[in-house]
Amino acid sequence: MAPAAAGGFRAFADGGAARIRLSWNEMGIGIRIEELRKVYDTPPPVAARGPTGFGWQRGGRKEKKKSKVVALEGISLEIRAGEVYGLLGPNGAGKSTTIGILTTRVQPTSGRAFLGQYDVWNDPVKVKRLIGVVPQRPNLDFSLTAREILLFHGAYFGQTAGERAQRTGDLLEKFKLTDRADHMARTFSGGMMQRLSIARAMMHDPEVLFLDEPSAGLDPQTRLLLWEIVRDYNRLGKTIVLTTHNMDEADALCDRLAIIDHGRIIAQGTPAELKASIPGGYLLRLRFDRVPEQFAEELRTLGGVLEVRAADQAGADVYASRGGSLIPAIVTAAQAAGVELRDVTISEPSLETLFLHHTGRSLRD
Amino acid sequence: MNWKTFFAMLSRDAHVARHNLLPVLLQNLLQPLLLVFVFGRVLTTGGLMAARFKDVMLPGVIAISMALSGVQAVAMPLMVEFQFTREIEDRLLAPMANGWLAVEKIVAGMIQALAAGLVVIPAAWLVLGSGVHISLQHPFEFAAVCLLVSLFSAAGGLTLGCSVGQTQIGLMFSLVLAPMMMFGCAYYPWSMLSAFPGLQYAVLINPLVYASEGLRGALAPQVPHMPAAAVLGALMAIDIALLAAGIRQFNKKALS
Repeated sequence: MAPAAAGGFRAFADGGAARIRLSWNEMGIGIRIEELRKVYDTPPPVAARGPTGFGWQRGGRKEKKKSKVVALEGISLEIRAGEVYGLLGPNGAGKSTTIGILTTRVQPTSGRAFLGQYDVWNDPVKVKRLIGVVPQRPNLDFSLTAREILLFHGAYFGQTAGERAQRTGDLLEKFKLTDRADHMARTFSGGMMQRLSIARAMMHDPEVLFLDEPSAGLDPQTRLLLWEIVRDYNRLGKTIVLTTHNMDEADALCDRLAIIDHGRIIAQGTPAELKASIPGGYLLRLRFDRVPEQFAEELRTLGGVLEVRAADQAGADVYASRGGSLIPAIVTAAQAAGVELRDVTISEPSLETLFLHHTGRSLRD
Repeated sequence: MNWKTFFAMLSRDAHVARHNLLPVLLQNLLQPLLLVFVFGRVLTTGGLMAARFKDVMLPGVIAISMALSGVQAVAMPLMVEFQFTREIEDRLLAPMANGWLAVEKIVAGMIQALAAGLVVIPAAWLVLGSGVHISLQHPFEFAAVCLLVSLFSAAGGLTLGCSVGQTQIGLMFSLVLAPMMMFGCAYYPWSMLSAFPGLQYAVLINPLVYASEGLRGALAPQVPHMPAAAVLGALMAIDIALLAAGIRQFNKKALS
């Protein structure tokens, strides 16, 4: 697809959605990523470093000591102007690296990324003007007070003194930071730092807002405030990209989602579409003392069961079109086979079960 | 180029420096004053050193002040901001090419280095007491040397700040800064090293040598010193090299 200047984000809209989104296209900014790969030959940035998930590869004889980390294995996706797009995946999946590339902070190994009509790698200054970034780890200017952080941020983006003061006051109020406005940011609690980070990202009224794990470490009340603010900002026609490993958050906020694991996109669509792709919808995670092959076969024949997967030696994941009403049949089958049922977890259709279906692993594993 | 952004960042650094005025002043003034007092006053008054030594060391102390304060003003915050708090990221996301942020850091460092060097002159004068023979006979040479010295110290700070890991800060002081100060001809004219011919040529890689010699030539020309052309030429070459190295390291560090 050509990075045509005028048609840049118009090209992102497709099918029925195109008609609804057309009005946004005049003002909003879409994002296109083509075959993006990133291999770190130094340790990846802290934000992108997960406890697991990266495939460490030792190089050949030439680079004996150099460890290479593949963070992205060729990701392509399109984010439409004016939508809330979620990147969902476990730690180390490549979410932060994707955000890092889109926000000019990480150099891609290969592939291209466009924000509106601008190539992120070749036109970083134009891109920086259009984006606001809330990092995973607060990176507030610790030498300044909360108010000064916003005022200077506005100044970096060329706002006049009056405009700066006005917006700073408004944002401090909106994020409930007015009474601590003149305290040094380094004295703030984690939640306050996070709120101030978001206020700062909105200070220059960016067209695209990136939030990397925005609700990590927030209390439930602040999380709801954050969701409200994200929705309000989206209503102004702004594009929002967020990463999360919280299924509820992705479900509540995102118009569309990409599920990322090990640097690849494993599923993409609206939350409803994605959930509909789970066989049957219900997932029953069963734990027994053992699971003989014959017994697993028997589970498959029960009414409403669509798929049975052996989870580990003593477990079975049953995808079915009904949930609790299946239990008596399972218990009966277990008793007949002389197997002891020890634990049952029933999940309703959710992104969590979707992730499990695609990867065989829970998001929290 | 986005000058609004550039000046906003400069005013941010000025704001932070103003806030830390007292500690910065103490950091920049205390060490040179102690040096001047012990070597220039105590040792000369006690007769251990000739009174003439005051003229030798004052330009040297100014050179050390400028060189160290520029390095400290740029390198220390950069090390912390890049590796520890990542707070530099908010400025890397401002609408300006990353390299200009490096330039801004250098300009801010130069201003601090110049201020630190110039504030030493009156303070040291007072501490040294009578018998100092320095004069501003070559104002243009003085200005040119000051500018070039502050540039090498700020650009050197940028290079160090982007190359040295936070675990190696102590090592940087003992391996880079201490030898630089002792072999920087701050306390003796370069010509005196002729008794150690190997050393005399080895120290020529040390930029502080040209700073001390250049300031000596401008402020106390009666003391033996290198010719101005050699000083200015060497400083310019060092400045260009450090500037290129510093911006390169910065750009490398700014991206992952």
